[in-house]
Amino acid sequence: MPAHAIVGTQTVPIEITLNGVRLSLDVSPSTTLLDLLRHDLVLTGTKKGCDHGQCGACTVIIDGSRINSCLQLAVMQDGKSITTIEGLAQDGVLHPLQTAFIERDAFQCGYCTPGQICSGVALIEEGHAVTRAEIREHMSGNICRCGAYPNIVDAIEDVLVQRGQLQREAAE
Amino acid sequence: MNRFSYHRAGTVAEAVKALSDEPAARLIAGGTNLVDLMKYNVETPSTLIDVTRVEALKGITETEDGGLRIGALVANNTVAYDERVNARFPLLASAILAGATPQLRNAATTGGNLNQRTRCYYFYDIQTPCNKREPGSGCGAIGGLNRIHAILGASEQCIATHPSDMCVGLAALGAEVHIAGPTGERVIAFADYHRLPGDSPQHDNTLRHGEIVVAVVLPQGSQGYAGHYSYLKLRDRLSYAFALVSVAAALEIEGGVIASARIALGGVAHKPWRRQDAEDSLVGRPADDRAFAEAAGLLVSGALGHQHNAFKIDLACRAIVRALAQAAAGTPQSQTDKRIA
Ligand SMILES: Cc1cc2nc3c(=O)[nH]c(=O)nc-3n(C[C@H](O)[C@H](O)[C@H](O)COP(=O)(O)OP(=O)(O)OC[C@H]3O[C@@H](n4cnc5c(N)ncnc54)[C@H](O)[C@@H]3O)c2cc1C
Ligand code: SF4
Ligand code: FES
Ligand code: FES
Repeated sequence: MPAHAIVGTQTVPIEITLNGVRLSLDVSPSTTLLDLLRHDLVLTGTKKGCDHGQCGACTVIIDGSRINSCLQLAVMQDGKSITTIEGLAQDGVLHPLQTAFIERDAFQCGYCTPGQICSGVALIEEGHAVTRAEIREHMSGNICRCGAYPNIVDAIEDVLVQRGQLQREAAE
Repeated sequence: MNRFSYHRAGTVAEAVKALSDEPAARLIAGGTNLVDLMKYNVETPSTLIDVTRVEALKGITETEDGGLRIGALVANNTVAYDERVNARFPLLASAILAGATPQLRNAATTGGNLNQRTRCYYFYDIQTPCNKREPGSGCGAIGGLNRIHAILGASEQCIATHPSDMCVGLAALGAEVHIAGPTGERVIAFADYHRLPGDSPQHDNTLRHGEIVVAVVLPQGSQGYAGHYSYLKLRDRLSYAFALVSVAAALEIEGGVIASARIALGGVAHKPWRRQDAEDSLVGRPADDRAFAEAAGLLVSGALGHQHNAFKIDLACRAIVRALAQAAAGTPQSQTDKRIA
């Protein structure tokens, strides 16, 4: 796939690595990454909340960065490596943050949860959040209509503590 | 979303040519504003020119005269966490972190942020009149809902604001915008990049047909503000909301006396709002509330409120005084702990 000079309204061939698997796809220029995942590839773990960048339910991890997939065009993902909620468990073992979400009961309806977890996994890797206040601010791109926020912060805090990135504070 | 063709550009020259050849073509970078507007049919490009593979638009580099050049493609978060930016231009890092969310800032680019469109509700709703979207159709916000609209520099055609936080920081720091176009390259002072709506609100800025932003340069001379700065953003909720009013304040203080000052306002006009007389009024004065209040009065002089946004005039004055006090004390507003000290 050349780096330039792809022109046309027709479908465009792209190659992506999705949850560790290399895929060659033909995508229409107007398909968003979110719709590619949910409709074309039937990976419905990633959720569509608002479709306008305002809720974070569609958060996926692209080349290590958490990004709202509803505002990304699939055609622009050529060559990228994408991780969705379906790709976090390794060999049947949940990611520590997935386990922490279950232990901390960090969801109610569960609709925002895949986005929350992808966002939280990236937050942990970024290393900018080392206090509860910072976890809250760095998770502010994920809205939870059920208001599970305190438990979501608890779950992320657990994993940061496990990894030695955060000293647990006295209860607030 | 309309059907459009997709063009992946490999060089600046190729992007400029593609943009010049087709009036309805649009550049796409992070996509966080353009794709959103396309979903509402506010933008209906014939072609999208993807510039994300253009090497010349990437990276943060030193300039020969000690400034910092930020390529148009550099992500907002990359700028905000860059060590050089934090050491020399922390006001910019703070302004960026006050905006949007981690996910959006990972995708949003420097060039895209500069060129993002207004968040005016009527601009977004193609069922309603809007002179910015459809020149001559009228303005839904004048006489309509105008809580988020301008109090300074507006016109009878349009009272929209420029929504960026990053740009308020860049305005205060006196950045340069580097541009490439069909007739070559040029450099625009930040203050001259965005424009007031006047009778052509369809133009947000002074880019000409076929031109693209290649970089923003932070001048060496603005490093003196690294010790005394603050970005104070006031909004309807603590995160994930655009500014009602924001202030980028930067001071140089020598022996308790202000040696130079920069103040830019966001959320109040069609561009980041600065006034030379307000900044000059602080020079040679002790850094106290009396001097700050005078500067605030000058900066918002001529402000005009509409039905729902008149509160912004007083809010802006108070925010300016507070941001200047934070800057003077060397205690910039935290973008994590939103309590205003
Ligand atoms: C829910 C939400 C909340 C937000 N909150 C905030 C906030 O609080 N504060 C804030 O400041 N911003 C906020 N934003 C806006 C965000 O910062 C912008 O969407 C982003 O900066 C745009 O950058 P982009 O690279 O994604 O641009 P794109 O969407 O790719 O492009 C935007 C525009 O810029 C043009 N463009 C892109 N690159 C260039 C270039 N190099 N030269 C010339 N033109 C170019 C495009 O043609 C297009 O017209 C928010 C956005 C959303 C969706
Ligand atoms: S304020 Fe400007 S953008 Fe909003 S409706 Fe009026 S003309 Fe359109
Ligand atoms: S669906 Fe993407 S942010 Fe809401
Ligand atoms: S658990 Fe229901 S929206 Fe978050």
